[in-house]
Amino acid sequence: MTFFTRRTLVKGGTAAAAAGALTGPALLDWAKAWAQSAPWKPEKGAQLSILRWKYFVQSEDDAFVALMDSFTKATGVKVTIARESFEDVQPKASVAANTGAGPDLFWGLYSLPHLFPQKCLDVSDVADYLGKKYGGWVPTAITYGKGTGNKWLAIPVCYGGNLPNYRIEASKKAGFSKFPATTDELLAYAKAMKAQGTPGGMALGHASGDGNAWVYWCLWAFGGNVVDKNDKVIISSPETEKALEYAKQLYASMVPGTASWNDAFNNKAFLGGEIHWTNNGISIYVAAQNDPSKKQIAEDMDHGSWPVGPVGKPTEFALLFPLMAMTYTKYPQACKALMAYMLEADQFNKWLIASKGYLSHCLNAYDANPVWTADRKTTPYRDVAKRTLTAGGLGSVGEKAASAIADFVVLDMFAAVCTGREEPKGAIKIADRQLRRIYR
Amino acid sequence: MADIALKSSGRAAPREATAWERLKTNNSWLSIWFMLPAAAFLILFLAYPLGLGVWLSFTDTKIGRSGEFVGIENYEWLWDDSVFWLSVFNTLLYTIVASAIKFAVGLYLALLLNENLPFKAILRAVVLIPFIVPTVLSAIAFWWIYDSQFSIVSWTLRNLGLISSNIDFLGDVWNARWSVIFANIWRGVPFVAITLLAGLQTVSPSLYEAATIDGATPWQRFRYITYPLLTPIIAVVMTFSVLFTFTDFQLIWVLTRGGPVNATQLMATLSYQRAIIAGQLGEGAAISTAMIPFLLAAILISWFGLQRRKWQQGESND
Repeated sequence: MTFFTRRTLVKGGTAAAAAGALTGPALLDWAKAWAQSAPWKPEKGAQLSILRWKYFVQSEDDAFVALMDSFTKATGVKVTIARESFEDVQPKASVAANTGAGPDLFWGLYSLPHLFPQKCLDVSDVADYLGKKYGGWVPTAITYGKGTGNKWLAIPVCYGGNLPNYRIEASKKAGFSKFPATTDELLAYAKAMKAQGTPGGMALGHASGDGNAWVYWCLWAFGGNVVDKNDKVIISSPETEKALEYAKQLYASMVPGTASWNDAFNNKAFLGGEIHWTNNGISIYVAAQNDPSKKQIAEDMDHGSWPVGPVGKPTEFALLFPLMAMTYTKYPQACKALMAYMLEADQFNKWLIASKGYLSHCLNAYDANPVWTADRKTTPYRDVAKRTLTAGGLGSVGEKAASAIADFVVLDMFAAVCTGREEPKGAIKIADRQLRRIYR
Repeated sequence: MADIALKSSGRAAPREATAWERLKTNNSWLSIWFMLPAAAFLILFLAYPLGLGVWLSFTDTKIGRSGEFVGIENYEWLWDDSVFWLSVFNTLLYTIVASAIKFAVGLYLALLLNENLPFKAILRAVVLIPFIVPTVLSAIAFWWIYDSQFSIVSWTLRNLGLISSNIDFLGDVWNARWSVIFANIWRGVPFVAITLLAGLQTVSPSLYEAATIDGATPWQRFRYITYPLLTPIIAVVMTFSVLFTFTDFQLIWVLTRGGPVNATQLMATLSYQRAIIAGQLGEGAAISTAMIPFLLAAILISWFGLQRRKWQQGESND
């Protein structure tokens, strides 16, 4: 199926190759040509409103706004952007779904669309188009998009990678020239870093991004799982206990106070030089580069991949950002046109570069984007989509997985054991009870 | 013909009022109509949400889809939920300690402000500031004060040499509780103080003069004059204070989100987390509804207390 004439394809090709040096008129022509030949023609007089999570990297948001502007110029559809902090997107989307009125599109976290699957527009045609054009979706993106059904409820726009951030000099002094590759090495690393006065820390408060990222990694790395593939609760297992014991030892080498950390705390602490290793998206690195007084932190820091545990393979947990349209929207075709437009090479490449590595793609063709190789320190974030597991672990990514994450069941279990409030068996019992209720 | 002429020339006899006319001037009937706007407002914005909340607690509604009636299943599950009981304990602890201290400090402040001080008006305005500042703003300020890395309190004490490492205000279970209670007290004292001050102004000075002439000490003056006459005001202000403290949400949410490990999780914040964030509306509604018995108890204590003449007039005959 060709949607383009050779002329527009060549124009589009040159535009993509010259990403960053693109001039306005060329983009406009291409965009207008796209709009004319795209299978989703926006309705007459369409106007869209989109609610997205508040940016962590300013340039990413600027590129997003520019992208929306170019869509408006190409199709005449005005797009209003609203931003909410991470944790507030889901409640707002839930209320909109319940009341049947609100923004047309939501760009949220994890399995948001699966909280109310009947209220999400079927976007299988957009997903198929993009998958065919750009080298296919990574398997986890397909799981997130479809859930257990056959229809795509949302377009997985990108992952937000969450990887270990560490200071190079301090780690070298502790005897580690690169970030530990196994969980045993990580424990030794943490102890050594604390002994020389440069400890690290990972969030154990209700930090929906950073906190969940590391506790799920830890749980899965030791073979523990929330549910099996039939959504039967299997958290009560010796593997889970091992994971909890490990986390407790790791916690002993962290700075005090991590049990009160939400997502912003570790950024503050790392940039303030109070901690020397943590887990985060690329926002710490970008912030350090942008602030002249923090340049030496930017030069002295690097990113690693999550260590591999006894299970022997990567068990990372990256944050997916799905984009969904609601069934109550008056302009479904315009929504689909916008979704497809956002992920077209010309827009998405520029956006990836502007986000400086904060966004990781789900379509294989974007492995070639220059942002991953321009700065060596950004490269670990390229493969995040391939190394991550999904929010349900072995089970479904539906409403139940979303509830379990949102209620911080696993995070509270780890926090209880690490802070010493509960013994592992007691904490597992509480978590098991809550999970059985959610998964009943 | 003469009859008619006679009848029409005289004054008309008062005829029987129709049923409608009687109704129009009936006080009870009119009062219903006058009360209707206010009643509609109350029913729409108070009674209906309350009723809906209680109804929701008997269903398994989730955000995004409606649920069906499940009876008391939510309550049965909550009965065995340790996090729920922890939140009840936290709420009671928070309310009792904070209210008691707010009352003591508020009363003391009111007594001080009642004296003839220089700059009385300005002092009273300044004292009111913590209460006026939006809760979220003062919560964010406290959040920075309590930060485990960048706290000004830790920094000052460290520089004075009194402590060697930062205080973990919000990461340690009991530290977090006391920190949150302190923030609530800071916020709530002005309300109690200013209201009690207003009550103190109504105490007639002649009573104090008579007591002083009879040789009463300051403590005796307080114990036998001030306190009994203040009792009605105390009942009202403490009822409000307890109600507001028990249902506090903003302060906890901004400071700790209920952490660490649910140590500062109140029933209001747990209800929000379960209902809106985790999407389980039925269960969240059940937690909220579980607050009602406690609040009702607080109100009834005040209600029956105020019925007693002793509380109303401060005399010893009931």
